[in-house]
Amino acid sequence: MAKTKNDLLPSEGGFGNEPLLAVDNLHVEFHTRAGVVKAVNGVSYSLSAGETLAVLGESGSGKSVTAQAIMGILDMPPAVIPKGEVRFRGTDLLRLSEDARTQVRGQRIAMIFQDALSSLNPVFTVGWQISEMFRVHRGMSKRDAMKKAVELMERVRIPAAKQRVNDYPHQFSGGMRQRIMIAMAIALDPEVLIADEPTTALDVTVQAQIMELLADLQRESNMGLILITHDLGVVADVADKIAVMYGGRIVENAPVHDIYKAPAHPYTKGLLESIPRVDLKGQELYAIKGLPPNLLDMPSGCAFNPRCPYRQDNCVTDVPPLHEISGVRSSACHYWREVLDGS
Amino acid sequence: MAAEVILEVRDLVKHFPLTTGIVFKKQIGAIKAVDGVSFDLHKGETLGIVGESGCGKSTLAKVLMALERPTSGSVKIKGREIAHARGGELKAMRRNIQMVMQDPYTSLNPRMTVGDIIGEPYDIHTEVAPKGDRRKRVQELLELVGLNPDHINRYPHQFSGGQRQRIGIARGLALQPEIIVCDEPVSALDVSIQAQVINLLEKLQNELGLAYIFIAHDLSVVRHISDRVGVMYLGKMVELGKDVEIYDKPAHPYTQALLSAVPVPDPEGREQRERIILQGDPPSPANPPSGCRFRTRCWKAQEICAEQEPLLQIRPGTAHESACHFAETHDVVHVN
Repeated sequence: MAKTKNDLLPSEGGFGNEPLLAVDNLHVEFHTRAGVVKAVNGVSYSLSAGETLAVLGESGSGKSVTAQAIMGILDMPPAVIPKGEVRFRGTDLLRLSEDARTQVRGQRIAMIFQDALSSLNPVFTVGWQISEMFRVHRGMSKRDAMKKAVELMERVRIPAAKQRVNDYPHQFSGGMRQRIMIAMAIALDPEVLIADEPTTALDVTVQAQIMELLADLQRESNMGLILITHDLGVVADVADKIAVMYGGRIVENAPVHDIYKAPAHPYTKGLLESIPRVDLKGQELYAIKGLPPNLLDMPSGCAFNPRCPYRQDNCVTDVPPLHEISGVRSSACHYWREVLDGS
Repeated sequence: MAAEVILEVRDLVKHFPLTTGIVFKKQIGAIKAVDGVSFDLHKGETLGIVGESGCGKSTLAKVLMALERPTSGSVKIKGREIAHARGGELKAMRRNIQMVMQDPYTSLNPRMTVGDIIGEPYDIHTEVAPKGDRRKRVQELLELVGLNPDHINRYPHQFSGGQRQRIGIARGLALQPEIIVCDEPVSALDVSIQAQVINLLEKLQNELGLAYIFIAHDLSVVRHISDRVGVMYLGKMVELGKDVEIYDKPAHPYTQALLSAVPVPDPEGREQRERIILQGDPPSPANPPSGCRFRTRCWKAQEICAEQEPLLQIRPGTAHESACHFAETHDVVHVN
């Protein structure tokens, strides 16, 4: 290797209008025995510092795979990235060497996962696992790293952090474990935090605690936050902008207020009408008919066409491009005008 | 509601013993999973039970089904005690109360065809459908829950999650029960599929006059489907009332905190919305606090809360039952 590590690393700032993180036309495929699974088919989104982007979608929509591609934690093979870029401060991460990638992963872009119990190692104390970040990445001594771990546990508001630093993961409740995951993720002050369904396994009161904590941490350090979720309620509470995914594509991109007021894609519209609300007692729920697409055998044209009430002939033949509605909104529907007017 | 009471639960208690020692077991305590719960279920209505994990709502479901025997208290179906029924009597009573499970991926036997799964209740209760008639019955059930009757010989793995849940519902309906206990029936499903299953449950209720006990942690879903709602905390029912009373005029601080934590899918006014963030986690059901069990996390707690247990009763200024010394209705869900 001719270059040194530092040359390969994206430097701080100085990239003009380039956002903090930009995913551009990303494709991810999995080569399996049953055939090629096209999990992500041309996803683009961007994130600025201090911003919260919600990526909304059902299981199999490709929202987690996109995040794993950004982090560089996909198993390759079977995963293949045939096309696309993930630019972090202007540098395409997909073209970096594994060494350089390791410098970014965990330090500049960090991730928290849904299931905190299976993401933590059951045979090490939580203090050891948090302090590992400082020992490995910062070369600190065990004692200094442990001190840092206690500070972090206090920062994520774990009560009696000093006493609990030597406890094992099973001695904590679900919400506390998720706080430990968050402590590990923010240990090295990342610029981007990806949270993949961070509260799905938790009760509502604990969910509220965790979301409040994430918002506070983001305010303190001006992190960019990518929140991956299927919960339209959580999104409405915290997001600045939303990317809705379906069948491996982004079907709608919009600032949070616009999308809830007037969705511009039939899938988004259907989702919003199909969820019961705690503040309203509705009539019969609107149900999107049919099933999510099989990624091995995608429908031709628009992936949503078999379930869509707005379907016309060209929906079956032509894949709709992402139509620009305004500077900040876009929708991948041939008939977005009708959808927008109808809502 | 004037309708007939078909399920009557009184002072129901279920403790699981905690033991020590391997050969000579000694009881050192008990997990108080359900600790004195009473309610009525009327014909054709839906009673929602909400609460966080560990509050005892699934144990309650098991005791109602007589899958677990209660430590004390009574469960009466149409006036007959099921809690201590045995043998043939229990078998006959179970025909009237059936269950839909949470996880449609593990609650269906992968080696049985759909026809065998839905028809299995007829092997036990042979009087419901004579042998020659069963296949037709199963096909009718498949059609009733919106599945293709020709798929009777398929296996569970050939169906999606939502379709599997429909199979679970068809199995629950096979014996034409009057009560169905649904334990988190939609929480394992995708958002767009949840609405399909909820609509199906409502349709079946209208057509067959079923009464549901609908257990869920998702308060929005429970509001949508329920006529009355009970809120549980650490094995106790803390508030019980009609859906509008619980959701628009909650009186118990726990209900208020729970409701304020539910995200509303509408970003308008999100800055003004009231949030009551509870501190810490629920205490252990093995060693619940004295007096009111919620007092350790309650902002209204006074000395009396530690000394005297508040009973579930109608309090001044409220029209429904709540178990708080300082009950006071307060709408937390709507933004003014």
